[in-house]
Amino acid sequence: MQNSTSDKMFSYVNIVLLSIIALLVLYPLYFVVSASFSNPIYILKGEMWLWPKGFNVESYTKVFENKDIVNGFLNTLKYTTIGTLINLIMTIMAAYPLSRKDFYGRNVIMAIFVFTMFFGGGLIPTYLLIRDLGMIDSFWVMVIPNAVAVWNIIIMRTFFQETIPLELQESAQIDGCGNIRILLKIVLPLSMPVIAVMILFYAVGHWNSYFQALIYLSDKEKFPLQLILREILIKGEMDEMIKATSETFLKQKLSVEGLKYAVLIVANLPMMMLYPFLQRYFVKGFMVGSIKG
Amino acid sequence: MEKIVENKHSIQFEILPAVEEVSPSKWTMLKKSFRKNWDLYLLISPVIIYFIVFHYLPMYGIQIAFKDFIATKGIWGSEWVGMKHFQRFFDSYYFWRLIKNTLGIGIYTLAVSFPIPIIIALMLNEVRNDKFKKFVQTVIYAPHFLSTVVIVGMLVLFLKPDGLINQAITLVGGNPVDFMTEPAWFKTMYVLSDVWQTMGWSSIIYLAALTAVDHSQHEAAMIDGASRLQRIWHINIPAIMPTIVILFILNAGSVMSVGFEKVFLMQNTLNMSASDVISTFVYRSGILDAQYSFSAAVGLFNSVINFIMLVMVNSIAKKINHTSLW
Repeated sequence: MQNSTSDKMFSYVNIVLLSIIALLVLYPLYFVVSASFSNPIYILKGEMWLWPKGFNVESYTKVFENKDIVNGFLNTLKYTTIGTLINLIMTIMAAYPLSRKDFYGRNVIMAIFVFTMFFGGGLIPTYLLIRDLGMIDSFWVMVIPNAVAVWNIIIMRTFFQETIPLELQESAQIDGCGNIRILLKIVLPLSMPVIAVMILFYAVGHWNSYFQALIYLSDKEKFPLQLILREILIKGEMDEMIKATSETFLKQKLSVEGLKYAVLIVANLPMMMLYPFLQRYFVKGFMVGSIKG
Repeated sequence: MEKIVENKHSIQFEILPAVEEVSPSKWTMLKKSFRKNWDLYLLISPVIIYFIVFHYLPMYGIQIAFKDFIATKGIWGSEWVGMKHFQRFFDSYYFWRLIKNTLGIGIYTLAVSFPIPIIIALMLNEVRNDKFKKFVQTVIYAPHFLSTVVIVGMLVLFLKPDGLINQAITLVGGNPVDFMTEPAWFKTMYVLSDVWQTMGWSSIIYLAALTAVDHSQHEAAMIDGASRLQRIWHINIPAIMPTIVILFILNAGSVMSVGFEKVFLMQNTLNMSASDVISTFVYRSGILDAQYSFSAAVGLFNSVINFIMLVMVNSIAKKINHTSLW
């Protein structure tokens, strides 16, 4: 490596700039964590900007005492597990036949799937269909209309094609093993890495989505966490509740302020715990998709 | 697979001289494959049914854009009215406001959100300390996994009149700004938060392209006395140019398809003049006001524009760079 002074200067400037960028990304995240453990009075006064001030976990107690948040959390958990399970099964059911070279018509079927990536009916015709199917306000509307993603079928099919040796499947066939048995006993056990990627892709999608619920759900009992978050953080429905009650204004304002930071943390807790896996597998899956796509 | 099929075709043609056409032989192929792999067809059929019901049936429903949809008469039974709904949309006073906002947000995002990941990838590529590089990557990828609600929720918390940003502004002697309700600030807040969330993740693809750069080129340039900036400019950037062009095509093709989710969350009655875009308008007039035919027409207008844009940008790219999507 050549080490002239200008190149060294370049390195320093580069590292300083990247550090600033990383700091700009990190600080808001860190601030939310810090604020959630602070006494809200210091946040509003602007005295808390780095370390938690007046350390306490009261905001978290408020979060877990809130019926809507707990209910939303449980709903999201349900939508995410059952939705991801359906996604996974449907993706395998599509990807395995499409990966088989002796599956006649696979190009036509693939084209039928891929076309929907570029063109669709749009919001209103889809809404009318869901309504006609009687799915509005049902549990299933959260998991069926998005039962499978074409992109993920492509990723999984590519994995099957490129990592499971064809000879292995053919020799099993000669031994009288049916297609379904080959899939269950040979292909799937060898495909755990891509199955892990799929579970993460779909689960993150379900956990973070609010659009489906916004359009198709009106029963608050069925709301996922993201819609409850929207009501608390963005629509400020709790702020309005303060004015309605008689308890001291400031005290209520403070507790709502603290709750907002704490609920952000609670909502993202599963993501944070999964982040090391997410980062590794998402980058991998993202690359497979973009190279083959 | 195609090769095998082709071969079998030609063999069959030789055996059966010119009596039958191609389609019957295709039919026999299908029958043969079906007999052997009937369980695979069974396996994939629920997925095919899913796509027909949830993706192709709505396409059939697009026709309500040209009809006066009445629920009791159904999609097919409703009366044709031609371009009436499109005409009403083009003539309405909010038409130009929607176009201006949709295009404005799209172009603003393209201009700012698109180049930053390229610069970050080029910078990360120059870092020799692997630990530092890993650390920066881990940090800047993280916001990608936050939901839109969380991102907008954080925006509201930080930008409200007594939030963190305004505390900082008053500290240096400025006047607090209510960013979330001020129409003039809407697009900037939208784009900056988008940069914050996506710049790290979007840089991955360029970083991957940079790993393919031939190291001997750099060595040769160093012998010729090229500085690091010169090498980035003359070796790295040309090397990732095809990736840049492809992604630019994809992004430019979607300037009119500004996503619903974030705009909708950031929207409020006070900033409507800057924040109302086609997708939020379709939601309001369609789902909330139940003007199904009219909003289906608006939605269709938007998707047709998007498709035309994609084709246009692609043909331009083809001429300039010989790189294109198809």
